[in-house]
Amino acid sequence: MAGLQSQDFARISATTFRPPDVRHDFEVAKLIDVSKCIGCKACQSACLEWNNLREEVGINRGVYDNPHDLTENTWTLMRFTEWENPESGNLEWLIRKDGCMHCADPGCLKACPSPGAIVQYNNGIVDFVSENCIGCGYCVKGCPFNIPRISQADHKAYKCTLCSDRVSVGQAPACAKACPTGAIVFGTKKAMLDHANGRISDLKSRGFKNAGIYDPPGVGGTHVMYVLHHADKPQLYANLPNNPRISQVVELWKGLTKYAGMAAVGFAAAFAFVHATIARRNDVSRAEDREAEHLIDEEAARGRKT
Amino acid sequence: MTNSWTDIKNTDLVIIMGGNAAEAHPCGFKWVTEAKAQRGAKLIVVDPRFTRSASVADFYAPIRQGTDIAFLLGVMKYCIDNDKIQHDYVRAFTNAPYIVKDGFNYEDGLFTGYDEAKRDYDRSSWEYELGPDGYVQVDETLQHPRCVYQLLKKHVSVYTSEMVERICGTPKDKYLAICKMIAECSTRDKTMTSMYALGWTQHSKGSQNIRSMAMLQLLLGNIGVRGGGMNALRGHSNIQGLTDIGLMSDLIPGYLAIPKDKEVDFSTYMSTRGFKPLRPNQMSYWQNYRKFMVSFLKSMWGPAATAENEFAYQWLPKLDVAGYDMLRTFDLMHQGKVNGYFCQGFNPLLSAPNRGKITASLSKLKFLVVMDPLQTETSRFWKDEGVHNDVKPESIQTEVFELPTTCFAEDEGSLVSSSRWLQWHWPGQEPPGEAKTDAWIMAQLHLRLRELYAKEGGAFPDPIVNLHWPYRDPQDPQPDEIARELNGYVVSTVTDPADPTKVVLEKGKQVDTFGQLRDDGSTACGCWIYSGSWTERGNMMARRDTNDPGNTGAYQNWAFSWPANRRILYNRASADINGKPWDPRRKLIEWNGTAWTGYDVPDIAVNAKPQDVGPFIMNPEGSARLFSRGLMRDGPFPAHYEPFESPIANVTAPKIRGNPVARIFKDDLAALGTSEKFPYAATSYRLTEHFHFWTKHVWVNAVLQPEFFVEISEQLAAEKNIQKGGWVKVSSARGTVYAKAVVTKRIKPLVCDGKTVHVVGIPLHWGFTGAAKKGFGPNSLTPFVGDANTDTPEFKAFLVNVEPSNGPATS
Amino acid sequence: MAVRREEERTTVDRYPGRVRVNHWVTAISLILLTLSGAALFHPALFFLSSLFGGGSAARMLHPWIGVVLLASFAILFVQMVKYNFWTKADTRWMGHIGEVMSGREENLPEVGKYNGAQKIVFWLMTLLIIVLFGTGIVIWYEYFGASFTIEQQRFGHIIHALAAIAMLLVVIVHIYAGFYVRGTISAMTEGKVTGGWAFRHHRLWLRQEAREGVIDERQAPPRRHSPGPAE
Repeated sequence: MAGLQSQDFARISATTFRPPDVRHDFEVAKLIDVSKCIGCKACQSACLEWNNLREEVGINRGVYDNPHDLTENTWTLMRFTEWENPESGNLEWLIRKDGCMHCADPGCLKACPSPGAIVQYNNGIVDFVSENCIGCGYCVKGCPFNIPRISQADHKAYKCTLCSDRVSVGQAPACAKACPTGAIVFGTKKAMLDHANGRISDLKSRGFKNAGIYDPPGVGGTHVMYVLHHADKPQLYANLPNNPRISQVVELWKGLTKYAGMAAVGFAAAFAFVHATIARRNDVSRAEDREAEHLIDEEAARGRKT
Repeated sequence: MTNSWTDIKNTDLVIIMGGNAAEAHPCGFKWVTEAKAQRGAKLIVVDPRFTRSASVADFYAPIRQGTDIAFLLGVMKYCIDNDKIQHDYVRAFTNAPYIVKDGFNYEDGLFTGYDEAKRDYDRSSWEYELGPDGYVQVDETLQHPRCVYQLLKKHVSVYTSEMVERICGTPKDKYLAICKMIAECSTRDKTMTSMYALGWTQHSKGSQNIRSMAMLQLLLGNIGVRGGGMNALRGHSNIQGLTDIGLMSDLIPGYLAIPKDKEVDFSTYMSTRGFKPLRPNQMSYWQNYRKFMVSFLKSMWGPAATAENEFAYQWLPKLDVAGYDMLRTFDLMHQGKVNGYFCQGFNPLLSAPNRGKITASLSKLKFLVVMDPLQTETSRFWKDEGVHNDVKPESIQTEVFELPTTCFAEDEGSLVSSSRWLQWHWPGQEPPGEAKTDAWIMAQLHLRLRELYAKEGGAFPDPIVNLHWPYRDPQDPQPDEIARELNGYVVSTVTDPADPTKVVLEKGKQVDTFGQLRDDGSTACGCWIYSGSWTERGNMMARRDTNDPGNTGAYQNWAFSWPANRRILYNRASADINGKPWDPRRKLIEWNGTAWTGYDVPDIAVNAKPQDVGPFIMNPEGSARLFSRGLMRDGPFPAHYEPFESPIANVTAPKIRGNPVARIFKDDLAALGTSEKFPYAATSYRLTEHFHFWTKHVWVNAVLQPEFFVEISEQLAAEKNIQKGGWVKVSSARGTVYAKAVVTKRIKPLVCDGKTVHVVGIPLHWGFTGAAKKGFGPNSLTPFVGDANTDTPEFKAFLVNVEPSNGPATS
Repeated sequence: MAVRREEERTTVDRYPGRVRVNHWVTAISLILLTLSGAALFHPALFFLSSLFGGGSAARMLHPWIGVVLLASFAILFVQMVKYNFWTKADTRWMGHIGEVMSGREENLPEVGKYNGAQKIVFWLMTLLIIVLFGTGIVIWYEYFGASFTIEQQRFGHIIHALAAIAMLLVVIVHIYAGFYVRGTISAMTEGKVTGGWAFRHHRLWLRQEAREGVIDERQAPPRRHSPGPAE
């Protein structure tokens, strides 16, 4: 799978066995410091360049967001929000780099029906393996962040890989490499949390008393984290979910329903088998055949009368 | 930049005004984020729009475009009134104590000596009072009513915070908050850096915008120190190099002047360039002018430049006007006085103001040669592109030659960054198709012209046939050969006059520094300020040493910084009058009793006593000028003038339109728009996603910002019933464009002199070639007005009207 | 439709050819949908996608088979709906369902063409196919991914899954009933059942059929009972 040793996987989609877990890698993380981001889109262009993607040249729709949404070719996107802070009276231009969060508990992987189409490496990166992808779009429903996109051309799901190809050879993701202001940094998750804490105290000293890190526990934490000036209101940042979790509906669908459904069908089949084995045959007796003849004659005669 | 990009990390306060560093210089902007993250520095942004820089600022205040001088003079007044100036610095290193001649005055918006007919000043009264010793009279107490300090105090007195709000539209509370933050940097241990760009230069008083901030920085003691300075962010790759090597019509390399036609011979030319020191002991470095000039002439004409023929001085062109800048050239072309035009790495159809006039001008040429790596709009100015280039090709007779050139990634050479760093680069890949280097194309032209002149004579063959052409392959001069020429070399061996056996300079060797250049023809140097860039030790520009002793951000062994590998200009001013650093934690250089030591190359001689020699060595005063004498055409102090097209009249001098000495041609003056017809204040600017008109040819960049738009406030959109993302028609007295409307909270209407002023933002990256959607540039709308000192067009402030539209009609 | 006296037995026509074809198209569709759906439903069953040429093909084919099912069942519905209206007798019959399961039908009320259980199967099928098709559209990502919100699609998925399970249970009941009640399958294979079968399970229907005439198909028919066409 994906040309990597299968021992490097922490989770594999649609697989009932547990992947080998003797190897232990450092968990990596990308930290996006929204307070340092100037929205230059260097990350977007680096992503397009490194992954050799060709997005369409679109149009202007009255905003700076271009393309207008994530697509199968746009795996990361700057989203711009103009917000008037009611407390300070100041305008704030909140610019968030959107893309896969690489959840510790990935909803896409949970929803995926195709074995090995979505994997989570030991370092925490959640990756799509195109050769196993069947294009069903279940990952879209599994994701609490609305990230995966299905190509209408090849019917495969695409999203940020956290440059797993670069990371596997010790390089930072292309976006982090390209970021001119150091708003995107990459390292072990622990190092990134430490770095974030430094940034948060700086922001607090500048009057952002609710500055904080976005590493939502609802999905087990993420391997892409944000430093936010207003961590108490993540939804300000182009609707970043306040407390993202895998949808309960998806949990039910991929959890209880799966097992209960299998059980119900199995039970029905078993019942039929047992019934067939032990119940009295429901068959036509000779007597009934004779009575039928009699009845037919009777009714036929009655029919002729009318 | 007086300082460097890497030095910005040393600052305590960054003020971005007249620029948008995050937007237009995102890579350099990292040093602002460094300063913020590592030092807790603060960032102030003052701009008509809430920009990308503002998005990461600690404090933002709006300002109406074209009113920066009023704002900054107001800050100076605040600092003076509140005693927030660094007195020791100001007294020691500026001309504040100098006494100005009696008779100088400023009244009703004009300085003494104005001649309305000539649109010029007689600047003779804008001078110091000299003593019998020939030196300037000074009053160290700063109390003399005609000392510069008192004159300045009087000059700024009108710019109260109320006046600033009235002119600039900046709310008073925000303005005062900024004043307070700036004023804190008047202490010895706090510095502010100024980052600016075309937002200050592209005005009819652009030079004075910059001077205003320079003066403020001097009052705060922030010039020459780490984390301080005046930092011009150059927008175009190697535009710093362009000015350095004199690609201006009035300059030759190293900021030497092209002779005027009145300067009939070399001695006349030199007679006004003696630069006798105005204060005792000062270096007045231009005293070496002759050495630089002779060495330059030797590099041009080699053996043909001799003492006997004034080192070929007569072969230099002589100007009959102030300069043949872009605006004048196109005006002459428009008059039918230009036959042919070489357009090298330049796209005037989109870059020059009043596009209609540019198209008409190019149509009058006999031939146009475009040398460019890209298919520019200029090379297709004749092509009918519908509304995007509405011309009739059949009526245009200009013959166009398109010569494809390499781009920076395909050739070798040096680029000069805003930091004045000459950084050598190597080709990343082979040039495509028939693309050739500019040097190859120029060599071909030169060799053919030389042959023609040799064969047929002509009016004036000497400069061409005698041009020094010593290249290994005359057909294709190589970058290293040109770089060595620019550095300078010894033409003939020089021996010590005291001991003729001792060789001082050996023939054929590269010079180490411009200090070795001579005025007797024994050295040649293409650009004196680049001396030291390619010495006998090799290519200094190719150095890539990231060691930085003291963590000063100087990186002395990274590339080469002109002049003399100096990283911070005027670094002598980082120490007090006795040579002790103002702030020991920010030491740059220090006088140890016998010599200057530290992290940078000192401006002044290494053993020059601190009390004797001032830091501003290029000035005959040795000090910096708060009062610029007659050196600026539009006044020794900056004064507030409205843009030529302004929504309100000049509050300080209602009768004066624009800058009274800014350059504007008669027809263009008559064609200016008024606020009755064109009520909105427009400004033009760049976006991060694009680089000028280049990157619209690049698919990825076109994706990131695909289509031309204008930005307007929600209030204006509501007033005019304009939808977000809908089409608008924007028109000025010169033209009309169609654009998508970005309706934003980031632009707010301003109230100036009681009137609501709507700002319209117009980015400039679109044309009709390339991968992006076809669009327009703001130059279809901008006026043909140039700055009084540099002739830079007024792209940042003009008037337009905006109306909802169904988009450009497609026929 | 008619009662036929054959050489060895008496049969009753139950389904004409067009109905049988429809039935089997529907049945095969359901089986294919079950197999392809099951492949996407549980990892342990993903191997079933190989029957369709792999996961992508299964993903692509499943909704189209659903379209076939809907069309085919729609015709079946039109053909059968008139026999499937619920009567009081059906309610009574259902009260004796335990006896049916035990193979004793002596005490049951006489049943028309369909008994109560069959009608329930019919109406459940109808309902579930509508639900499955409706939710199927919501989750048919290739064509309708942009037409519904992700939240709607999530609900679409779980309802589709639950409905599919219900459908499977109904199908199991239906198939098992066909096997358990001996003599039933010929109705859909040959189109006819024996007179005894009809007498035992659908006596009312047999009466009606017989009343409309009996066709004697024996080699030397002594006489025709029927005066001509039934009507």
